[in-house]
Amino acid sequence: MDLFEHQGKDLFARYGIRVPRGRVATTPEEAQAAAESFGGQAVVKVQVQAGGRGKGGGIVVAKSPEEAADAARTMLTDGFKGMPVTRILAEEMVDIAGEFYAAITLDRSAKRYLAMVSSEGGMEIEEVAREHPTSLRRTHIDPWLGLRPYHVTWLTGHLPEAAREGTADIMNKLYSVVLGSDVTLAEVNPMALLGDGDVLALDAKVTVDDNALYRQPELEALRSGFFVDPTEARATELGLQYVKLAGRVGIIGNGAGLVMSTLDVVQQAGGSAANFLDVGGGASAELMAAALEVVLSDPDVRSVLVNIFGGITRCDLVAEGILESLKRVEARVPIVVRLDGTNAEEGRRILTEANHPRIVAAATMQEAAQLAADEAA
Amino acid sequence: MAVLIEDDTRVVVQGLTGSQGTFHALRNRDYGTKVVAGVTPGKGGADVEGIPVFDTVVEAMQETDANTSLIFVPPRFAADAILESAEALVPLIVCITEGIPVADMARVAAYLEGRAPVLVGPNCPGLISPGKANVGIIPGEICTPGRVAVVSRSGTLTYQIVHELTQRGIGQSTCFGMGGDPIHGIGFIEALERFEADPDTDLAIMIGEIGGNDEEQAAAFIAEHVTTPVVGYVAGFTAPPGKRMGHAGAIITGSAGTAQAKADALEAVGVRVGRTPTEVAELAEAALA
Repeated sequence: MDLFEHQGKDLFARYGIRVPRGRVATTPEEAQAAAESFGGQAVVKVQVQAGGRGKGGGIVVAKSPEEAADAARTMLTDGFKGMPVTRILAEEMVDIAGEFYAAITLDRSAKRYLAMVSSEGGMEIEEVAREHPTSLRRTHIDPWLGLRPYHVTWLTGHLPEAAREGTADIMNKLYSVVLGSDVTLAEVNPMALLGDGDVLALDAKVTVDDNALYRQPELEALRSGFFVDPTEARATELGLQYVKLAGRVGIIGNGAGLVMSTLDVVQQAGGSAANFLDVGGGASAELMAAALEVVLSDPDVRSVLVNIFGGITRCDLVAEGILESLKRVEARVPIVVRLDGTNAEEGRRILTEANHPRIVAAATMQEAAQLAADEAA
Repeated sequence: MAVLIEDDTRVVVQGLTGSQGTFHALRNRDYGTKVVAGVTPGKGGADVEGIPVFDTVVEAMQETDANTSLIFVPPRFAADAILESAEALVPLIVCITEGIPVADMARVAAYLEGRAPVLVGPNCPGLISPGKANVGIIPGEICTPGRVAVVSRSGTLTYQIVHELTQRGIGQSTCFGMGGDPIHGIGFIEALERFEADPDTDLAIMIGEIGGNDEEQAAAFIAEHVTTPVVGYVAGFTAPPGKRMGHAGAIITGSAGTAQAKADALEAVGVRVGRTPTEVAELAEAALA
């Protein structure tokens, strides 16, 4: 789960990392009032869960409260890169003496956290690694040892003397953020050395581990404020992995790999998927029914393909779930069902006996994809 | 011979008394696997259909000579379950649980580094050596004994491809799911290493998907160390760019992560990559002919 910048900064501040004074605004008037409270000037920053704001007009330096209001109005009206914008962050101007980069992220191939500090701030980190490799220092962290003082000495050793102590403090606090809040990416870009010698986080990019939200209730609560497709929101509520796509074949499967493969095979059969929906392992009849209701609620869907290969999921429960949901919602389109694996024969028997007019049985994944693609054409 | 699990595999099931644990442990036993013990803290002394339950893994090992643990413990306790087995020196630990916080797995992975126990998973379907042992949730009836080894990041996609192989009369030596989590136990490289050393494996199939760079690293390993023919598959050609990929994450893997990049990396080292599960089975058939 990606946080908005202002949420990331709130989190940083809770761990004692200094951030600029700022106020979230949802109207131009609020942005204007914020600028006034900072003495007339403000940096107005669009709040979206995406990068590239600096180049895309998402960050405006306002010289007066009126300019702040105008910038906020444009952002709230026009959105940003096709995304709707419901809030902006107005921040005080700070006196910047130098800009750097600091981050701790999960390095999946090393199975470790990776701490990074660069003497080049404000650039995309990939670009820094490519263009200025010597400006970037990195070290992996053994979670049983933690971030040690000698790591921090190395990480900050190439920065100007004045920035080292403040950066060291930020690195230690970022590691506390990572551990304490189940964060898999905590990135400060840029991190600024101020005229007064302090180091602060000018930006905050924070990703939280979805698997750990059960023990991060304060972060989980932020989710309700995120913009998501309404169908996607309902699916998430029900514990389903759903992504809306542009095509017409509604897809339900179990297991991310099989669902991704199903999207690919549907495309090769001449169709295109309206969504990705993984009911996960061990799906119950209720969950299956919920999945079907979610997919059928999408007006773009012209046919549905249910592709289940049971392992931990039992096909008899899947079949019951399909029939259960069709008592509650109208099957306005054909539903192609392919069942294999655990209790598949029982599942097929349940569907055959129900003899539902909209359910089309398919023997193989390839055949199911072809039928669903043809029905949606 | 098979890889990782054999006729002499003796399984202790952590979380045996839960509904998933019971269901799949009994299926494994029905398949012919020696399921010798269960562990559920506080339920020591009970039994599940004749399988004795212990409070701890150490007790289960002492009483039953278990040599493999199979974990169905809920996510918030699962990392601890892995560590319990690892500290008890269970040689093979198979964790089915989905949804373990990655911070917990980072600690587990760091503990296991350089130690003897081998971890498969988490968030995986387990492994099967058809006709010998089934440890996990792979439906035994879709497999048949033979000489093709399969390793995969996905559970159900493994079943799909194994099913297609079996339907063509192509049997399997070992099928193994490494799991779909960002931090997992042994992966493609460790699997391919074992397949290469197995005299009863003639062909390896590796099933990847978008994200990370496991497939690219496997490709580099194949070029250097693998003479066994390999057929590949990568799921997610039509998937939108992953939402979880942050910038700081991208620096580690470079521009890798797309299905196309992975398929290209594999094909560049001579791996034949199928575009559908059916095509994978066809390529395997052709390679064995």
